[in-house]
Amino acid sequence: MQRRTFLQTLGAAVFAAQGMRLYAGHETEPKCLVVFLRGGYDCANVLVPYASPFYYEARPGLALPRPDAANPQACLALDGAWGLHPALRESILPLWQRRQAAFVPFAGTHDLSRSHFETQDSIEAGEPLDGSRTYGSGFLNRLAEVLGNTNPIAFTDGLPLAMKGRLTVPNVSLKQVGKTPFDERQMAILAEMYQGHPLEARVAEGLQLRKEVAKDFERDSAEASRNAISPKGFELEARRMGRLMRERFSLGFIDVGGWDTHVNEAAALNGNLENLGRGLAAYAQELGTVWERTLVVVLSEFGRTFRENGTKGTDHGHGSVAWVLGGAVKGSRVAGEQVAVDRKALFQDRDYPVLNDYRALLGGLFQRLYGLSGTQLDQVFPGGKVRSLNLL
Amino acid sequence: MNPKMERARRALRRGACLLAALGCLHLGQAFAADGRAPLSNEDLHWLNRVTYGVDGATVERYRLLGRKRFLEEQLRPGGLQPPAEVLEAIAALGLTRRPVEQALTEAEAENKRIESLPNDDSRQSARQAQNQAANMAATEAARRHLLRALWSPAQVQEQMDWFWLNHFNVFQGKGNLRWTVGDYEEQAIRPHVLGRFRDLVLATLTHPAMLVYLDNAQSAGGRLNENYARELLELHTMGVTAGYTQQDVQELARVLTGVGLSRGQVPRLKSEWQALYRRRGAFEFNPARHDFGDKVVLGTRIAGEGFGEVERVIDLLVAQPATARFVSGKLAAYWLGAEPPPALVDTLAHEFQRSGGDISAVLRALFASRPFLDSLGQGFRDPMHYLAATLRLAYDGKHPLNMGPVINWLNAMGEPLFGHGTPDGYPLNSAAWSSPGQMARRFEIARTIGSGNGGLFDGDGRKPGPSTGFPRLSSRLYFEAVEPMLAPTTLRTLDRANSQLEWNTFLLASPEFMAR
Repeated sequence: MQRRTFLQTLGAAVFAAQGMRLYAGHETEPKCLVVFLRGGYDCANVLVPYASPFYYEARPGLALPRPDAANPQACLALDGAWGLHPALRESILPLWQRRQAAFVPFAGTHDLSRSHFETQDSIEAGEPLDGSRTYGSGFLNRLAEVLGNTNPIAFTDGLPLAMKGRLTVPNVSLKQVGKTPFDERQMAILAEMYQGHPLEARVAEGLQLRKEVAKDFERDSAEASRNAISPKGFELEARRMGRLMRERFSLGFIDVGGWDTHVNEAAALNGNLENLGRGLAAYAQELGTVWERTLVVVLSEFGRTFRENGTKGTDHGHGSVAWVLGGAVKGSRVAGEQVAVDRKALFQDRDYPVLNDYRALLGGLFQRLYGLSGTQLDQVFPGGKVRSLNLL
Repeated sequence: MNPKMERARRALRRGACLLAALGCLHLGQAFAADGRAPLSNEDLHWLNRVTYGVDGATVERYRLLGRKRFLEEQLRPGGLQPPAEVLEAIAALGLTRRPVEQALTEAEAENKRIESLPNDDSRQSARQAQNQAANMAATEAARRHLLRALWSPAQVQEQMDWFWLNHFNVFQGKGNLRWTVGDYEEQAIRPHVLGRFRDLVLATLTHPAMLVYLDNAQSAGGRLNENYARELLELHTMGVTAGYTQQDVQELARVLTGVGLSRGQVPRLKSEWQALYRRRGAFEFNPARHDFGDKVVLGTRIAGEGFGEVERVIDLLVAQPATARFVSGKLAAYWLGAEPPPALVDTLAHEFQRSGGDISAVLRALFASRPFLDSLGQGFRDPMHYLAATLRLAYDGKHPLNMGPVINWLNAMGEPLFGHGTPDGYPLNSAAWSSPGQMARRFEIARTIGSGNGGLFDGDGRKPGPSTGFPRLSSRLYFEAVEPMLAPTTLRTLDRANSQLEWNTFLLASPEFMAR
């Protein structure tokens, strides 16, 4: 028999009327960032179901010890059932304690291909799984279109599917940015060459963005040369991203790879989480007071097998855990529909089930953050149902 | 003197000569050295559109044959071969040495062997080696494609090769596809790129790359997977708005059951099925997995009989007016670089149906059309066209063979070969490639290409020439075939260049060089 526990009273509804908008006016424009963890991160070792004996049974080599102040390897208790990976002690735990972080377990898509690319694409598209798809249109592009006056951007090499669509969205990679190879004079000449050309605005914007990022890079280098600890990896990207989001943009997307831990998972996951956590904390810090009206959602295409495999890792699974962060978040909660973690709860006797559809979850958050109408929400997530988890 | 300074000095000298030369040219005759009349701007735009971008050999050929015969040769390119060193480089690639079914069988056997290894470390290192070998197979396929695209004189054929690979898109990141993408291009796509559309559909339908990519290998009677059937209708033949129903998708999927991958031995079958079993390379039709019930697709009854159903249903799909319109419209969008006017699509669809889906007949009508001529110079080069045009100008006649840097530039610009995840292929509209970030990236790549050979000559035993460093874009070809198309703003910009390197960058970053 399946024992289901509903920790929240959940209202599922298709909203017809204009919802309540959390903020109004330009100075109080909400900011939203979607962070996509590509590769399917092992959520069961990040939000740890430490109260479940089955967790320890299924992961003899991988399970994190129960909360224990004396053991640095132990997970950190969030409540009586869930613990946090200790690599997030300095970064995400403080946000949780300030009520600015929440987790939604058993979240994800019902796509069952268990293929990275298919599942990532279907999530980024945000379309219903049955019936034909449009391709080339992502939910963040449609959101930006519906919002009209927002400034979307992708902090990626190419334009990710989530940001593709009718609206032209700029992209700029913050990863290996160095100085721009062009000096001021050359940039001016390049921009002038496009005066009166249909691409004039795009060229000007592209060069300008690149210049800002490069300036930021020089600032980082200058700080480093004064013996400040120079941020690395995702933290560096996140700081740059924070400054750009604070000043110029309001709807962002970034992806972080390396989560496909089939082999020797523990060390890789630990490193990845430290990197990610430090970055997200740095992002919050860079935003300053803007953090108070910021929403950050961390998603991944799927969870991983609940049991560890034969190579000290885990394989492609199903249900995942979404992170919801931000100054405006009603945090310190593990939210959404839940089920006690035991063998019977597993989907196909191997994975977390999906009880909280990502479209319903994001739809609920966008609805509250932007005050979207039912029609508008249906443009963002066609045919979707919205679920408010009262996280904003 | 240190080498850096020396280089800088040389660059300045070259820049000065060049600016002087440019000055002359502005005043006087554009190209009179050998007494021939210059090609008209329409000729140049036409050549730039019909090829990946002008090079010296195509200009010569065009002068010799004239437009009409040049085009006929392109549409029947049997006699056009890449230069010998390019053919040798292709022949030296490992991917042609074993048939795809052998590569797949061996990869599978290796995976089994790896799983049976005694410890984690040995498994991991064996897995890494296997992974590298698979990457190599896919990279070699990309290298072969680029060598031909850049240096083959059969430029319409090479662009159609890209076009059909994109139309019948597969993605190397799925399953074991890295082992099969090279064979997919060579066996399923290339032989038919200017031939009959029906042959393309059947060849892709039965190739292991497509069978795995869109899951038809998984589909069987009673356990349908509709993925391929849906895309076959929606993306390969009729187009999404053609009016077929979900019922049609299911019925088509039933027809396609049993079309899958051959594994090892021929399966043991009931005697009445043995004659119906088919196998060719890694493809098989297995009657034991086929749904022999009758089907109705698009209102036509298809009696259960085996693989013959597949051939019948493909005939049915290819003969649909919607297919003629959808495929013709996509061909026109590619070759016009813009959404084609409906009247042109009508004309081409008519030609498609009249000729029984003869691709070169459709192209002949397309190239002869007024909208095609009106569109010359108005299209925007996608990354593939941009890089090919750039390198064909920069290394005209030199044919560097190391495609590694080109693969990296394509990656950086977001259009890697065999690298598009979803079955719709890369978009053909210019807006998809001209976002602000993409324009800025393109300028930086223009600078990279303009300022060094990037390793293009590495490993092929040849040197780029005495004055290595960067290519001389201000070549004879430039003056004959590029300069006449530049707008006054661009010419003035080039005059502001302080060095050959900067001049190269400005030229490759100019609006005219983005256009085709």
